Amino acid sequence: MVSEIVVENVAVKLLQLAVTELPQDVKQALQRAYREEETEAGKTQLKAILNNVELAEKTRTPMCQDTGVIIFYVKAGSQAKGLDKIGEALRNATVRATKEVPLRPNAVDPFTQKNTGDNTGRFIPFINWEIVPGNTLEITVMPKGGGSENVCALGMLSPGRGVTGLKKFVVDTVINAGAKPCPPNILGVAVGGGADIAMKLAKAALLRPLDQPNPDPDLAKLEEELYEAANSTGIGPMGLGGKFTVLGVKVDYAHRHPASYPVAVAVQCWAARKASVRICSDGKIEYLTHKVV
Amino acid sequence: MATYKLKTPISEEDARKLRVNDVIYITGTMITARDAAHRRALEFYKEGKKLPINLQGLAVFHCGPIVKKEDDKWIVVAAGPTTSTRMDLFEDEFIKAFEVRVVIGKGGMGKKTTEAMKQYGAVYGAFTGGAAVLAAKAIKNVKSVEWHDLGMPEAMWVLEVENFGPLTVAIDAHGNNLFQDVQKKVEEKRPKIYKKLGA
Repeated sequence: MVSEIVVENVAVKLLQLAVTELPQDVKQALQRAYREEETEAGKTQLKAILNNVELAEKTRTPMCQDTGVIIFYVKAGSQAKGLDKIGEALRNATVRATKEVPLRPNAVDPFTQKNTGDNTGRFIPFINWEIVPGNTLEITVMPKGGGSENVCALGMLSPGRGVTGLKKFVVDTVINAGAKPCPPNILGVAVGGGADIAMKLAKAALLRPLDQPNPDPDLAKLEEELYEAANSTGIGPMGLGGKFTVLGVKVDYAHRHPASYPVAVAVQCWAARKASVRICSDGKIEYLTHKVV
Repeated sequence: MATYKLKTPISEEDARKLRVNDVIYITGTMITARDAAHRRALEFYKEGKKLPINLQGLAVFHCGPIVKKEDDKWIVVAAGPTTSTRMDLFEDEFIKAFEVRVVIGKGGMGKKTTEAMKQYGAVYGAFTGGAAVLAAKAIKNVKSVEWHDLGMPEAMWVLEVENFGPLTVAIDAHGNNLFQDVQKKVEEKRPKIYKKLGA
């Protein structure tokens, strides 16, 4: 039995970890970018990012004032009990974290423009469910900032152009975004399925660790090619010019309709916040992305 | 490329010494102003009304901070920059009217602002987007909050700062604009990148 209150408490902790401490793979990628960046302006920006990240971790303060819209990914073991209460527990955790961490209230009614003040609203926090075998519960939170979200792009391309069309679309998205999404960015790229499926896969691809190449060798090659292409734009950290416009590119796909070639690019700012936890049926709690003492 | 530590009020002469790619740190007084505060300040100017604070030689920060009150004292928790292009609407007139010397934000600004900076002697300092804790650390004191009726993010917060930075000079008082230079270079590279990808 996975208890509701345990899930709520763990999710508050998860939100706090996510907004105050970057996972190791992102930190390492930023450190590497700082070492290898060639422009002075780029180096200055990366150094400021690293100082800010360290300070945020030390003082347990959100690393960016935009603590995002809260998105959860839940892998629910089909044998786990109490699953019907998880949604409510995550919602309660979001309200509590908004006060306790604190998070910036970022849930606004699109018609009245009224901010609910607690980061909850219709479909928000959004929960992506997946049923998996077993009896454990795995929860990931991704607080997603607005600046990078605003330059995400969906292209319903011509199937006749094939993968070349995809590559061009990714480069165009990066160039059009310029300094806006607080580069260096991470790109989630997905093709196929349909408009919604491509974007959903692209966003979920952002969760894959930066230090793990795609297990499919062809996709790993494509990721590498897109990474090189994005960085050869020279946009650089914060758009001030430099080698590092992106820290990584993650590709996923679904089979497509013969007439459709949907390509989605999900853009993530340097503050690539995510945190995961596994809750076992015996009550054991294991944080997967962060060290918790 | 040089590093400068500037104290407010900053003179026009000192502002004109700065070149794009220089790094500056500011000590003294700065105000936050987003869309609403820019608009109101210019309305005051047109009506001949005095601003709550003399902005001559000061820095204006495009920022909607998170501020909390503790024992009757305001404390800035997080203060990252917001996107500056929104203030392109007002900034040329703002620089002319109030003689601010440094405009701070993220993402850069356009031609009209660049021209005004050249004409009146001001620079744009790019602060790292999202680096809210770093910014908050350099803010030593909230001197006052003006126009609080505009709401927490849009109000004019008068801040005492110490070594606020690093700010990369991205627009100088000589008509140079680093963001536009980068964009130009990116456009030049675009066809080459397409070619390499076979597009």
